[in-house]
Amino acid sequence: MPRLIKLNDGRPQWADDDFVSLEDGEPSPMLGFGSASGVILSLARFQSEREAWFACGREVGVRLEPDEAVEDIADDLSRLALVALAFPKFRDGRAYSAAALLRERYGFKGEIRAVGEVLRDQADFMIRCGFDAYEPADGSTPEDWNRAEHRFRHVYQAAADDLSPAFRERAASPPRRS
Amino acid sequence: MYRYDEIDRSILEDRSAEFRRQVERRLSGELTEDQFKPLRLMNGLYLQLHAYMLRVAIPYGVLSAAQLRRLAQIARTYDKGYGHFTTRTNIQFHWIKLRDAPDIMDALAKDDLHAIQTSGNCIRNTTADPYAGAIADEADDPRVWSEAIRQWSTRHPEFSFLPRKFKMAVTATPQDRTAARMHDIGLQLRRGREGELGFEVIVGGGLGRTPYVGPTIREFLPARHLLSYLTAILRVFNRAGRRDNAYKARIKILVASLGREEFARQVEAEWDQIDKARVDLPADELARIRGAFSTAAFETLPPASERLEAARRADGDLDRFVRNNLGPHKVAGYAIVNVSLKAPDAVPGDCSADQMDVIADLAERFGHDEIRVTHEQNLVLPNVKLDDVPEVFAALDAAGLATPNIGLAGDIIACPGLDYCALANARAIPIAQAIGRRFADPELAEKIGELKIKISGCINACGHHHVGHIGILGVDKKGEEFYQLTLGGSGAEDASLGDVLGPAVAYAEVAPAIERLIGAFLEHRQDGERFLDTYRRVGLAPFKAAAYATAD
Repeated sequence: MPRLIKLNDGRPQWADDDFVSLEDGEPSPMLGFGSASGVILSLARFQSEREAWFACGREVGVRLEPDEAVEDIADDLSRLALVALAFPKFRDGRAYSAAALLRERYGFKGEIRAVGEVLRDQADFMIRCGFDAYEPADGSTPEDWNRAEHRFRHVYQAAADDLSPAFRERAASPPRRS
Repeated sequence: MYRYDEIDRSILEDRSAEFRRQVERRLSGELTEDQFKPLRLMNGLYLQLHAYMLRVAIPYGVLSAAQLRRLAQIARTYDKGYGHFTTRTNIQFHWIKLRDAPDIMDALAKDDLHAIQTSGNCIRNTTADPYAGAIADEADDPRVWSEAIRQWSTRHPEFSFLPRKFKMAVTATPQDRTAARMHDIGLQLRRGREGELGFEVIVGGGLGRTPYVGPTIREFLPARHLLSYLTAILRVFNRAGRRDNAYKARIKILVASLGREEFARQVEAEWDQIDKARVDLPADELARIRGAFSTAAFETLPPASERLEAARRADGDLDRFVRNNLGPHKVAGYAIVNVSLKAPDAVPGDCSADQMDVIADLAERFGHDEIRVTHEQNLVLPNVKLDDVPEVFAALDAAGLATPNIGLAGDIIACPGLDYCALANARAIPIAQAIGRRFADPELAEKIGELKIKISGCINACGHHHVGHIGILGVDKKGEEFYQLTLGGSGAEDASLGDVLGPAVAYAEVAPAIERLIGAFLEHRQDGERFLDTYRRVGLAPFKAAAYATAD
């Protein structure tokens, strides 16, 4: 199991994982587990067992593969605690759009977790798109992620984070030509 | 032109520092080549046949004299004394050592140059009209919008891992010098009925093994919404573009498979939901960028220069140079001066460090400190007084840069081909040189008139052969270099893909076959037609008969 890094007040830190991922074939331990632990379900399983899971009192998360659309869980977001977005390969960038939509279009406030081939060299793109939890696949540490997060002092675009894009910074204080 | 402020500069410095650490990790063995590859590619560093190749971005093809001198210094210090201007209006250095790469990045950054997003599946450098700001009849200055795109697309967090690379072009006159319809997105600036500014948005053009002339998905997009509309297009592409096959991953395949109407519908539906105020540049930022491009102070001059006309009468070479390499400027008394990098026997697009210095000096003395790079692999001094043309010509001529062949048979586009590139099937450069020699006689070249010959060493089509009036594609036949010829392509406003002439010809037969094609053209030509017009009028048959005729 990869260890989990989470943003805590904007700082990457080691975190305990309060969720267990259930494979599609695994029995449903809705009642057998302590209620503190949440579950992460595939989209298919979530869609067929949704009401039972919401009724059992545990926190519920859904894992979306890159070809599964965030629109399919849009109506459930207010009841979901977590959305895990999969990177089967680090080059597969669909999850960035999924995270951006969850934060910016649907106002999702729960955890967005990056799973799969999650590398430190993508850290600041993930943070900017709204991911706030990461299962790094390259042995990277919160210190690595912190460095990556602050590698660039300025950004050009508004994204899901609270960084001010260059055009807003310039409007606020016209920069000097250097 | 646009000058970087502290924010722009900080991004180059931060990127350079990051890259230095990554190279250190690679040189110390902490990173394997496999792990390092995606990192170096994000900084334009390729591993080619003989050495590392570094591709430096020239945003929308605009350089200052200081920047061109910096490129000359890189060529001299870290390469073999020259660089290669590409069809993406970037420059490549083909003989780079990995350990030098971080120092090169630092040196580039001193003059606001970089290699960010010159490779990888991200938004690449934008092509703009090389005559931007100097040509009459512009709906607006394409550089303003290209700079807006540069900023928006630089390290875009959502669009840095697209299905495939992504290229845009911005043009603003009825004549298209950017091949806009052959780009992932082509943006044609227009004025609406009330004089308001907008873009015709063309999506899904491209070359490569599946060429398409891009369709228009929106006739008129209010200009201020450019970035939010691009966001919608890129988001649809990022989510729906194919990722299972690199050859089917460009946006042209998505547009073709959905159909223009359905693709446009999806983009519009996405755009409707985007919070435009967060994405689109506010008016004050657009005004700031626009201001940076409207600083050229032109003098009030008569439309003709007595001095130049007298010099032309005295010097036939100058006269020919003026006829072929000068374009009309929007301001009376000025000209756009094209500098050909296609001397006979030259490598198309190659420029020595000394030549770069000469051009930089001319830009400073006579050209408002601006140089442009064209996708046809030439350079441009866009703002030269007609009175100064004799001096400019003399200096160019002394440096071997006054070849009077812009748009003519010798002005050939060629990719690096098998001489440099690991993907190529065949050589492209010696083919260009062999054809160039046959049409080196300037009188013959002028008689033939406009002729765009484009050569690619493989199906990836970096030499744009599909849109050559004559296209030449290198193929491998049982280990031997053969070349397929196509006729009738165009990357301009009358964009079309060339038709295959017939069986591929052997290496040694290419230049003779081209000569016979030109012979057939001169025979069938009417009223001073261009090669392309004659071909479109008479069709393939007479050219086919001529090309495959043997000497007997």
